[in-house]
Amino acid sequence: MDRTEIESKLTDLLVDELGIERDDIRLDAKFEEDLDVDSLGVVELLMALEDNFGVKIPDEEAEQITTVGEAVDLVEAKLNA
Amino acid sequence: MNDRRVVVTGLGTINPVGSDVESTWRGLLSGTSGISAITLIDASDLSSQIAGEIADFDIEAFMPRRQARRMDRYAQLFWVAAREALGDAGIAHEPDDPAAYRTGVAVGSGIGGVATFEEELTTLLEVGPHRLSPFGIPKIIANLAGGQVSIDFNLYGPNTTAVTACAASANAIGDAAAIITRGAADVMLAGGADAAITRFGMGGFAQARALSTRNDDPQGASRPFDASRDGFVMSEGAAALVLEERERALERGATIYAEFVGYGMSADGYHVTLPRPGGAGAARAMQSALADAGIVAEQVSYINAHGTSTAANDVTETIAIKSVFGDTAYRLPISSTKSMTGHLLGGAGAIEAVASVLSIRDGIVAPTINLTDPDAECDLDYVPGVARNVEVEYAMSNSFGFGGHNVVLLFRAP
Repeated sequence: MDRTEIESKLTDLLVDELGIERDDIRLDAKFEEDLDVDSLGVVELLMALEDNFGVKIPDEEAEQITTVGEAVDLVEAKLNA
Repeated sequence: MNDRRVVVTGLGTINPVGSDVESTWRGLLSGTSGISAITLIDASDLSSQIAGEIADFDIEAFMPRRQARRMDRYAQLFWVAAREALGDAGIAHEPDDPAAYRTGVAVGSGIGGVATFEEELTTLLEVGPHRLSPFGIPKIIANLAGGQVSIDFNLYGPNTTAVTACAASANAIGDAAAIITRGAADVMLAGGADAAITRFGMGGFAQARALSTRNDDPQGASRPFDASRDGFVMSEGAAALVLEERERALERGATIYAEFVGYGMSADGYHVTLPRPGGAGAARAMQSALADAGIVAEQVSYINAHGTSTAANDVTETIAIKSVFGDTAYRLPISSTKSMTGHLLGGAGAIEAVASVLSIRDGIVAPTINLTDPDAECDLDYVPGVARNVEVEYAMSNSFGFGGHNVVLLFRAP
């Protein structure tokens, strides 16, 4: 899966699983401040990432993610590991 | 603070008969049943396959999907009823509005988020604890309907929840009034909701032998006081009332539907699901409400009965009414709006309080439908079939719940 595909799939997840407006989603959008994803929403996001990309994301790595772009980076790194 | 009086200044509901107060009231007065074959779930292996559904309920007409998906259906239904009631009362608090701190919430729910409970339990058993939703617990717990409206409508006063089964929202209304009377709040949003048309809800109540199995005649299945009644019909829905300290309501020129004047409670102390034979517990709750209002039984103009259409309730409630009202019982219009709405469980007390209040406003009481062949032991005037013009000075609303909870509310014309 290349980076464009990861971005596209992640965007769909944010829309379908978390109910975020598609137009609000940019790579530099911050989950908490720009997308209004609270601590419970982050848990949902991690479950969605793990289920849909087949990766395992430990809590300490998840805590480092603050933007959509960083989530794409993490998934890409996991997939290529 | 003992001179503080409580009036009703707003109403809201969503239920199988109507999606707001006025459509519901028109439906009840015209004797319209809200019961149909179940469509929300696979009911093929259930013994009771009929219910009062809000089949076209679309929460996304009221809020964004990302907000809606954090709430169980029971809380969504309460939210919609709350919105209507607050709007009707003209109450809209901005964040940090001083009045918001004097406005509270009391909700009743029998079960809370049972649909979410089923989904989460399925995930737990089939996948494991690591895939449970972070919203599972907040969606399931029965107090979140009250919590959610306090967040979304800026209601920062006392916030409490009653879980006394089918008496829950009657308790919520009585508790809310008491909170105003003792000065802890000036306004209380009070009501209740349940949404238990789920496989566990339907299967569980059926195993308690509480549900009608008249599957071939959905609209005729809820038949309180009729000889051929065979159980209650499950319904989903919510209702809410805005209760307000009377002087405040008068000062701001609010529409006053009725005054809340009496709250009676008792426990049967007898059985988990069955009422105490002879209805002594129910009778004590009615007497307690009369005493609280400072009136005698003869002054009551109408009773909105608990009237579930179960074998045990309708006879027991009739005996209880006779024991309290004596000969007057035979001249008193009594009706069960559950004959049309089905049984909203934790929402029942509130929607029946709404019907009682509207009877005061309009001078007309809703009928008991499907009462074609009354049980020999049910020999009172249940207003069969057709609504009746009655000048209602005092309206009593009865609610009884599993566990032996008896709750009686009394409203008076303003």
